Amino acid sequence: MIHEFGPTRAYAKDIRVDTGVAPDRSVKTHCCFCGQQCGIQLQVKENTIVGIEPWYDFPFNGGMLCPKGVKRYLQQGHPDRLLHAYEKDAAIPSGFRKLPYEQAIRRVADAIERIQREHGRDAFAILSGASLTTEKTYLMGKFAHMCLRTANIDYNGRLCMVSAAAGNKKAFGIDRAANPWSDILDARVIIVAGANVAECAPITTNYIWQAREHGAKVIVVDPRITPLARTCDLFLPIKPGRDVALFNGILQLMIENDWLDHDFIRQHTVGFDAVAAQVSEWTPRRTAEVTGIAEKTLRQAAEWWGLAESSFLMHARGIEHHSHGVQNVLGAINIVLASGRIGRPGSGYATITGQANGQGGREHGQKCDQLPGGRDLGKPEHRAYVAQVWGMSPDELPQPGVDAYELLRKAHSGEVRGLLSICFNPVVSLPDNNFVRAALEKLDFFVAIDFFMSETARYADVVLPGSLQEEDEGTVTQVEGRIIRIRQAVECPGEARQDWRIIQDIAKALGRERGFTFESPREIFDELRLASKGGVSDYSGVTYERVEEHFGVFWPCRSDTPDGPPQPSPQGTLRLFEPGSWNPVANGAGPFYFPDGKARFNATPYVGPTEDVDATYPVILTTGRVVSHFLSGNQTRRIGPLVDHYPEPRLEIHPELATRLGIATGDWAIVESRRGRCTLRASVVHTIRPDTVFIPYHWGGRKSVNQLTIAAQDAISKIPEYKVCAVRVSKAEAPEYAEALEPQQ
Amino acid sequence: MPVPEILEFFIDPSRCIGCQSCIQACSECDTHKGQSMIQLDYIDRERSTQTLPVVCMHCDSPTCAEVCPADAIKRTEDGVVQTARKPRCIACNNCVLACPFGVPKMNTRMNLMMKCDMCYDRTSVGLKPMCASVCPSQALAFGTRAEMAKLRPRSRPVNTFQFGRQTIRTKVNVMVPLEQVRETVDVTAAMFEPTIGHDVLDDVFRSEGDA
Repeated sequence: MIHEFGPTRAYAKDIRVDTGVAPDRSVKTHCCFCGQQCGIQLQVKENTIVGIEPWYDFPFNGGMLCPKGVKRYLQQGHPDRLLHAYEKDAAIPSGFRKLPYEQAIRRVADAIERIQREHGRDAFAILSGASLTTEKTYLMGKFAHMCLRTANIDYNGRLCMVSAAAGNKKAFGIDRAANPWSDILDARVIIVAGANVAECAPITTNYIWQAREHGAKVIVVDPRITPLARTCDLFLPIKPGRDVALFNGILQLMIENDWLDHDFIRQHTVGFDAVAAQVSEWTPRRTAEVTGIAEKTLRQAAEWWGLAESSFLMHARGIEHHSHGVQNVLGAINIVLASGRIGRPGSGYATITGQANGQGGREHGQKCDQLPGGRDLGKPEHRAYVAQVWGMSPDELPQPGVDAYELLRKAHSGEVRGLLSICFNPVVSLPDNNFVRAALEKLDFFVAIDFFMSETARYADVVLPGSLQEEDEGTVTQVEGRIIRIRQAVECPGEARQDWRIIQDIAKALGRERGFTFESPREIFDELRLASKGGVSDYSGVTYERVEEHFGVFWPCRSDTPDGPPQPSPQGTLRLFEPGSWNPVANGAGPFYFPDGKARFNATPYVGPTEDVDATYPVILTTGRVVSHFLSGNQTRRIGPLVDHYPEPRLEIHPELATRLGIATGDWAIVESRRGRCTLRASVVHTIRPDTVFIPYHWGGRKSVNQLTIAAQDAISKIPEYKVCAVRVSKAEAPEYAEALEPQQ
Repeated sequence: MPVPEILEFFIDPSRCIGCQSCIQACSECDTHKGQSMIQLDYIDRERSTQTLPVVCMHCDSPTCAEVCPADAIKRTEDGVVQTARKPRCIACNNCVLACPFGVPKMNTRMNLMMKCDMCYDRTSVGLKPMCASVCPSQALAFGTRAEMAKLRPRSRPVNTFQFGRQTIRTKVNVMVPLEQVRETVDVTAAMFEPTIGHDVLDDVFRSEGDA
């Protein structure tokens, strides 16, 4: 199978290294990888992207790119690219045989029809993704809710943004970065909690350091001395899974020293007193004991934060990937609200989105409980509005479904019999992935839409060849809440199709074409504008032209309402929660998105990780990313120069622990949890807590750290606890794969 | 068109995050596609994530050119030291051994010394070099001295280096802390001392153990 479908490494060659070749055109678009969505120009010759050129005018990154952005173009025209539909055929070595596209669509439609007829509509489920354009994510939600009428759709933002989203909704009533990144530059104290910015959001590094050039103090909370932490002003080496204790401890010191904005708390928030009472037990001593951070360091952090003139707090998966991820986020928000430093220039708060469309992909209806515009599938008035836009009865809409992991549990138990997945590689990316494999094997029918044969697609009965980002038009919403344009640079090769066409082809083959006859992404976007109108995530005033004219438009952005509230600026709503600002929920009562216009303090009791260390599994395992790879690696593990930069997962381990175990840099080590084991080479470094080891998660098969991680989930957000579980480590012999597989395989 | 004198190159190792964007971008440069002229190394990965990008410093009086027996290495009027000229280069490695910054590399396949020419095809038409364009932390930056003074008030550019008795002035600047005094690099001293002293890091984690 690897011989036929890879992953193999592509390097620039032929036309791509021929210096005599002048490109036909430059396409101004964005990187396909992370939530920063850096502006980039793709250099195109005929139907090949031959290189990149910085897009200096795009304001967010001004030409800056990380190595993934520079080499992203090598995914196009890749030897592993799926050019045809395939169906499973165990009789041939590659495991799959080609199938004419129309025949494949027919097979998919017949399977959906049969499974839904025999087992009920909810027996067919959909897994979607947040790297798709917003148009596609909207269509996936509509396809599930209107065409298949299944409750069971969810998306891979479940492993990414949901803790931040739930926390933001509980505290602010809206789920979006509160500030544009330009506000970071004027902040005087910056807290970066659980975010390896230099590797996972590299462009943000310059914003933070530019602030520091002008006097900002940078505080980093992380179990590892990341490249950003190396030169920060204060490093808080937190023990994984204890973040909310830290924030409670800081809030307690703020209260004790009266570093509070009483006016802001009184006028713009509710719930402070209850939270103040709850954190009173978080003395510096207790906080230090729980978090593993020295008391004097805590006091210093609280003092800088408490006395700051302006500040920015940002966090990412490090505090969110927990069975108490929402609590961690709410703890962070509590110290922001207590400071009153939000909703003004140079002061704010944001979560750093992970995926390309980590923001837009979580707004318009592919989440299990959601409808377009950030509306709720469980609310009758929301159902009524969207049903009317779609021309159906609200009663025909399914009720809210379950999260992605639960959906796979249902597959395992036989309740879900069929699955369509797109833009999701759960065999690599979900925790305890030996269970995920078993669940996929139990399905009656599984169809995967992908551009490469991902580790998950290998389990499919039918694989449909979808589109790369550069093969389609559309919009995404990046980390700041800025809606931007993705431009098509090249045509789909072979029988591959743009994903939205594939979905519409399936709808047509099902004989349920109504509502799925869009001719272009722009048409989908125009319907999305209407469907989101009046919701919190209001896109109704956003047009492709407006986006292009202003280098993006920040939502919420309402369409013209002559007698209504004041219009946002041409660039939309750059900054949320500004004093006197209007929103459709508060309707003038205040800047936050609740009927009284006030933000909420939320109680944040500390509960430890689901699986703590013990005598059998005495070491904490935490996971994350490296700069040259992205998510499950389905793309970056095929780009030669990125593989060469960081070829295989390595175990980061502190010398104190390594010496005890007799492990030196370069040695093989076996890491075991209650769920699985993984053998990999060690890298002995002083830059990690001695009680914790780190493994990046971009690899599949026997190299996948997610064989070890725990499928514990946050009770509210359902995000898995990737950032902490218990393992044991020992020295090992070279595993079988060392000889048999190339690094990326 | 020469590279405008007002535009200069600045390296700030304290900002380097080791992402290798510069290396990847360098190999996208039109004049040497597929090959990077930049080296980026961890100083001591066991101790720290500190990395250091090395690009050609473009010396006023380039040692590489001075030791070249074939006179293959030219410095243009605007101060950019070019890759060896192919018809002249005899691949003798003199420049590789002599450069005090360790920049030139021998391309054995092509029998040619290759090095950073400050993206002459770009900088001579008013564009930034590839590496300084993409660098996400702006450890590599290209602009005017006035711009840098505004952007980096805590540092100053240095372009004079002392290697033993050899004083070298370069077109490329290294940003150092304002209060930094000039350092003389003495190889013999380094032979008897650790190259890096990072006791700080151990302290961070030791304090946790004591708590």
